Amino acid sequence: MVSIDVWNASVDFPIFDAKTRSLKKAVLGKVGGKIGTDQRAPIIEALHDITLSLAEGDRVGLVGHNGAGKSTLLRMLAGIYEPTRGTAHIHGKVAPVFDMGVGMDPEISGLENIIIRGLFLGMTRKQMEKRVDEITEFTELGDYIQMPLRTYSTGMRVRLALGVVTSIDPEILLLDEGIGAVDAAFLDKARDRLVDLVKRSGLLVFASHSDEFLVELCDTAIWMDEGRVRQRGGLREVLTAYKGRDPFENMSPASLARLGVAPAVPDARARA
Amino acid sequence: MVAPGVAPSRSFERAFDDIRRALAQRELWLHLGWQDIKQRYRRSVLGPLWITISMGVTALGLGILYAVLFQHPLPEFLPYVTTGFIVWNFINGCLTEGMSTFITNEGLIKHLPAPLTVYALRTVWRQTLMMLHNLVVYVIMIAIYFSYLDHRYQMDPPNGQFHPGLGLWSLSAIPAFLVLALNGLWLTLLIGIVSTRYRDIPQVINSVIQLAFYLTPIVWSPDDLFGSGGSDRGWAKVVFQFNPLYHFVQVLRAPMIGQHVDWWSWATVGGITVVGWALALVAMRNYRARVSYWV
Repeated sequence: MVSIDVWNASVDFPIFDAKTRSLKKAVLGKVGGKIGTDQRAPIIEALHDITLSLAEGDRVGLVGHNGAGKSTLLRMLAGIYEPTRGTAHIHGKVAPVFDMGVGMDPEISGLENIIIRGLFLGMTRKQMEKRVDEITEFTELGDYIQMPLRTYSTGMRVRLALGVVTSIDPEILLLDEGIGAVDAAFLDKARDRLVDLVKRSGLLVFASHSDEFLVELCDTAIWMDEGRVRQRGGLREVLTAYKGRDPFENMSPASLARLGVAPAVPDARARA
Repeated sequence: MVAPGVAPSRSFERAFDDIRRALAQRELWLHLGWQDIKQRYRRSVLGPLWITISMGVTALGLGILYAVLFQHPLPEFLPYVTTGFIVWNFINGCLTEGMSTFITNEGLIKHLPAPLTVYALRTVWRQTLMMLHNLVVYVIMIAIYFSYLDHRYQMDPPNGQFHPGLGLWSLSAIPAFLVLALNGLWLTLLIGIVSTRYRDIPQVINSVIQLAFYLTPIVWSPDDLFGSGGSDRGWAKVVFQFNPLYHFVQVLRAPMIGQHVDWWSWATVGGITVVGWALALVAMRNYRARVSYWV
């Protein structure tokens, strides 16, 4: 059973090279804000008292301003940051796609990078070698797969990373906003694969600023604000509250039908 | 509220689990370590053979220089310096690259969930591969001077210590190397964690490592220190025993060139292995989960 359970979890980053700042603060007195100075190093409270429970089949969008804690939350869900207070219990095989540039060696070929990525995600070399053809086909990289990664465009790297994580049957997929770099045609393809993957066995958490991507991939959403969960609920409800307007407002009837959602509010009013 | 059924973040259970999972992912670190070597020599014609060549040049140059300085016969002294240098390179590599293991893998640590021990194993495996390349120089050296080393000999006749010469017992170099690698691993875990938190530690280690090289008998032999037959330097024999690096070098180097090795050296190495692992496990227990916050 795939699940993520987070109890009262907080993530505090100590900032060791910001000593001068804490000194200044001590001299100037009260400034307030999120940066604590009770200890030797100042602390950034990236996540504060998060309680979450995600289960199989969930497709959750993460929204919020820059620095609201979306990426940190994703990293906590991946098990990279173990909460400083509280607990996070992650049950299932995690496949994160965060920064596309990291964890890939620019000097070696796409092919070798596929294998290393797979090994990191707990696969064996043999299993990955079997999947290479399928990944090459899915990513449409063709002969580029033999080229060093530094020759790739950002979009091509995203394709590669998505190709790997979707091929290994992960149970928990964590995507950061970087995947916005792919073109529309590929996104269609990736969407089907991702949705299919979540349906089979798994859950998806996706941080993005793009309504378009969010409505394609998610059905519920979490609104992060200053390291806290401000709102959790249906995607449409949360996005409407966050952006102050209905995300489906400007969508064509065709895409609405495809996504299987009711028309946006203004349409409904017009019909009435 | 505490989550049911999960060991708390700071527990030996989680520390051991990290090591266990890392060992299970051996395909990963074996691949990464080898990749590191290939990476370093990418686009050079000779590739990793450069490791062997530079070792050969250094060992030959220093060997001849110090043989002349200390008036040692070359056939015994050259293999001594070469082997000592190879062993030292491994220890030195574990120390200097071990302390920056987590710092250099910052990107991976922050972006992919993997056991921390994977990076330590990657570092030690890389050093092992370097050592295997360097062993080519050793094999050549032994092939040339075998006839001088296969019987009882003195490095500094007529007063030096007698050595038993190469024999089947030389195979004790294999367990000696495994013990050294085991020590490299705890060292990497421990100083890797400490250095990630306190960035002054790598500077401290860098500043003493050069000195440690000269304080350890690698380019000179203990015979030189104790003086030729003179009893006036008895204190040197005592002080000398307090250099743990000497014992580490000795347990591996001595069998490789048929030299005498004290039981005391093995005891010291064994003791340090146990204490070191205990310290590393405590560090893993308390700070394993903090490393991703610190890098």
